[in-house]
Amino acid sequence: MVVISDIIVQGVQMLLVLLLAPLLTGFVRKIKARLVRRQGASMFQPYRDLLRLLRKEVVLADNASWLFRVTPYVTFAAIWVAAALVPTFATGLPFNWTADLIAIVALLGSARFFLALAGMDVGTSFGGIGSSREVMIAALAEPAMLLIVFCMALVAGSTQLSTVANFLASSYVGLRVSLGMALIALIMVALAENARIPVDNPATHLELTMVHEAMVLEYSGRHLAMIEFGAFLKLLLYISLIACVFLPWKIALFGTGPLAYAIGAGAYIVKLAVAGFLLALFETATAKMRVFRIPQFLGAALMLGLLGTLLLFVSRSF
Amino acid sequence: MHSLAFDVSHTLAGGLVLISFMMLYQDRLYSLLNVFAFHAVVLALSVAWQAFVQQAPHLYITAAIALVFKAIVIPVALHRIVKQLGIHRDIESAVGIGPTMLAGMALVALSMVLMLRVTAEADPLAREDLAFALSVVLLGLLVMVTRRNAVSQVVGFMSLENGLVLAATGAKGMPLVVEISVAFSILIAFIVIGIFLFRIRERFDSVDVSALDDYRGEHR
Repeated sequence: MVVISDIIVQGVQMLLVLLLAPLLTGFVRKIKARLVRRQGASMFQPYRDLLRLLRKEVVLADNASWLFRVTPYVTFAAIWVAAALVPTFATGLPFNWTADLIAIVALLGSARFFLALAGMDVGTSFGGIGSSREVMIAALAEPAMLLIVFCMALVAGSTQLSTVANFLASSYVGLRVSLGMALIALIMVALAENARIPVDNPATHLELTMVHEAMVLEYSGRHLAMIEFGAFLKLLLYISLIACVFLPWKIALFGTGPLAYAIGAGAYIVKLAVAGFLLALFETATAKMRVFRIPQFLGAALMLGLLGTLLLFVSRSF
Repeated sequence: MHSLAFDVSHTLAGGLVLISFMMLYQDRLYSLLNVFAFHAVVLALSVAWQAFVQQAPHLYITAAIALVFKAIVIPVALHRIVKQLGIHRDIESAVGIGPTMLAGMALVALSMVLMLRVTAEADPLAREDLAFALSVVLLGLLVMVTRRNAVSQVVGFMSLENGLVLAATGAKGMPLVVEISVAFSILIAFIVIGIFLFRIRERFDSVDVSALDDYRGEHR
C-alpha cells in the first residue's frame, strides 16, 4: 500500500509540474503586461499556443537530419525528468534517491547540448549564431551553478535535494551569509539559463540580441511546441529549486499524511505566484544588457558562489 | 553553538566583504560613491550590533561617527568634488574587472587561511570578525591599486579604514579615545587628500594619477 501511494504522489508531482508550467509563464507575461499598462493576453494563453502548435504541420528543411527531429523530444524529456526530481510540495518522494543536484545540472546540460547541436544542424547562419551564444552563456553559467551546489552541499552535508530541503526546513540552520550569496548567485544563473531579460529577451526577433530564439528559429509545429513547453518547464524548475532550497516552509516532510501534502501544494502555488510576480517586476525594471556584458554578469554569479563557499569555512570553523 | 548573536554579526561582516567586492565591480564614479556610502552604513550596523552584544555603550558612538561621517559627509563631499572638478565619470582601471575579481577572491582566501591559523584559540566571534576585517582591508588596497582615478583611490582608502574599524570593534577593549582619534585622523586625511585632488587637477587638468608618472619622466 505504501509503495502504491508513494508512486501516486510521485505521479501527481510529475503531472503538477506539467500542468503548472504554462500557467506560470502566462502569469508572468500577464503581470508584465499589466505593469506597463497593457491589457495583456489571458493567463491561459500559453496552453492555447501549445495546442495550436500541436495541431499544425511540421515544416522541415531539406537537409535536416534525424538529430533535428529527435532533439525536441530529447530536450523536453530531459527537462521534464529534471523538473520531476525537484521536490515541489513534498520531500521524500520515491524518485528522490536520484534527485541529486549534480544530476539535475547534468540533465539540463544535456538538454542544452542537443538544442545547440540542432541549432547548427540545418546550417543557417541564425542557428549557428544562436548556438554559439547559448554555449557561451552555458559555459559561464554552469561553473557558477556547480559552485552554488557545492555551497549548499557543504551546508547541508549532501547534494541530495530532499536532504537539503529537510535540513534547511529544520530550525537547526541559522542565519548564514553564505546561503544569502548562494541565493543571489542562483537567481542570476536562473535568469541567464531561462533566457530572461538582462541576458536575453525571447520576445524580440532582433538578430543583434537573439540567443535562444535564434537557435530554435527553424522549428515549427509540434517540434516547436515541445521546445516551448521545455522552456516553460525550465522556468518552473528553477523557481521550484529556489523555493525548495531557500524557502522550504510548509513543504510536506517524508511520511506525512494527505493533509500535509495538500498544505504543501497550496504553499508551493503561493511561492510560485510570488516568485513569478517578482520576476515580472524585475524584468520590467531592468533593460537587456549587451551580449559582451554577459560574461561580467555571470562572472559576478561565479564570484558570489565562490565567496559563499569560502565564507562557509569561517562560519563553521568552531 | 548557533546563537543569534554570532549569526547576525557574521552576516553583517560577510555583507561588508560582499560590498567591498561590489566596489571592485563598479565602473562609474557616482555608483562607486553610492556603494561606498552603503559600505559605511553596513559598517555602522555591524559596530552597533557589536556594541549590543558586548554591552559596550561607547561602541554606539563609534557607530554614530561611522554613520555620520562616512555614510553622509564624505560621500556627499566627494559627490560635490566630482561635480565641481568635472571629472570624467567612467573609472579607468589598470586591470580588467575579471582579473581584479579573481585577485580579490585570492585575497579573501588568503586572509581566511591566515586568520584561522593564527587565532586558533580566540573567541569565535572575534576570530571571524578579524578574518573578515583583514579581507576588507586587503580589498580596499586592491581598489587603490587597480584604479587610476584619484577619487576612486580615495574611496579605496576609506573602505580600507572601514576594515580597520571592524577589526577594532571585534577585539574587545579598544578605548573610545583611540577610536575617536582614528576617526578624526581619517577626516583630516580626507581633507588633505581633497586639497591634493584640487592641486593634481590644477596641474594636470585630470585626476588620472598616471599623469604623475609622465611628469616624473617614467614611461610605461
